[in-house]
Amino acid sequence: MEKKIKVGMADLKVATEPDKLVTLGLGSCVGIALYDFKTKVGGLAHIMLPDSKQARKGDVNAAKYADTALSVLVDEMKKKGVSKQRIVAKIAGGAQMFKFNNGASDIMRVGTRNIEAVKKGLAEYRIPITAEDTGGNFGRTIELDTKTGSLFIKTISKGEKTI
Amino acid sequence: MQLTPIEMDALKEVGNIGAGNAATSLSQMINRRIHMNVPLVKLLPFDEVAELLGGPETEVAGIYLKVLGDAPGSILFVLPVESGLALTDMLMGIEPGISTDFSEMTQSALMEIGNILAASYLNALADMTSLSLQPSIPALSCDMAAAIMSVILVELGEVGDTALVIETEFIAENRDIKGYFFLLPDPGSLSIMMKAIGVGL
Repeated sequence: MEKKIKVGMADLKVATEPDKLVTLGLGSCVGIALYDFKTKVGGLAHIMLPDSKQARKGDVNAAKYADTALSVLVDEMKKKGVSKQRIVAKIAGGAQMFKFNNGASDIMRVGTRNIEAVKKGLAEYRIPITAEDTGGNFGRTIELDTKTGSLFIKTISKGEKTI
Repeated sequence: MQLTPIEMDALKEVGNIGAGNAATSLSQMINRRIHMNVPLVKLLPFDEVAELLGGPETEVAGIYLKVLGDAPGSILFVLPVESGLALTDMLMGIEPGISTDFSEMTQSALMEIGNILAASYLNALADMTSLSLQPSIPALSCDMAAAIMSVILVELGEVGDTALVIETEFIAENRDIKGYFFLLPDPGSLSIMMKAIGVGL
């Protein structure tokens, strides 16, 4: 029986075929979906912020930040027998939900900064991005299918698609 | 972040007075009596905030603005879709229930409602605390609850994993209109507010 495993905000999970990893309502947050076609192991992180170095002292939630989430997710997948060289990534999210006329402040552009940080991190790990659906001003629910590695994206105003 | 029961009570009172003022403005705007329930003050983990609004994927209208001045922060006023549409119908003097989606017209009406509500909310807080507080121009977004809530959670995410939520529910007579106010003081602002109302933090 395939299960749908929910990944919360500032959370990450790993699953194997035939389960699905789902995260609901990504706004400015970014969903990082990692997948290995050989072992059919998938990992999904729902990150909120670009950089753990900006965290206050004692904040230990690695899944909240692009840089730390990525390293934990890769490690978790390795534990399931995945070799790093085989991992590919699909990313989605990083929207700007509210637009202010008087120029966007840093916090408003957090979606863009999240996307940049995720891409930078993936590049450092030499993990190729095979597809992405990022930016815009709308929310996304995403679902990683560990049978195929496809990422299903659902929105309210822009329909559905699979990347 | 930890709050004592006295601080929780003080915040509840702040929320109560602010929302009471906002409810009066709203009721004058749509010319109907508005009931308001006692605000709940909660420290919630990120994931549970969207549950308040009916689940992460529930479509809602969010009006977001920054609080500027002595105790900066953010206000997010969230309405379930049906409530938002019924409210704008009332404001535009048509039978509630006629509008079925967010047109440009309803969106601009909602912005106006948000603007007035937030201003009256802040006025009450400013009076109570003798602090100078001004609202920024509001921004509107109609989308998934989680996506909308994430905007403020991200701000809070830089300081912790829980959100301080001052929740308020409006119910218009004969019409179930629910709206939720989330007052989110910036980290330093909470103690400024507490001091101003005479509760040490």
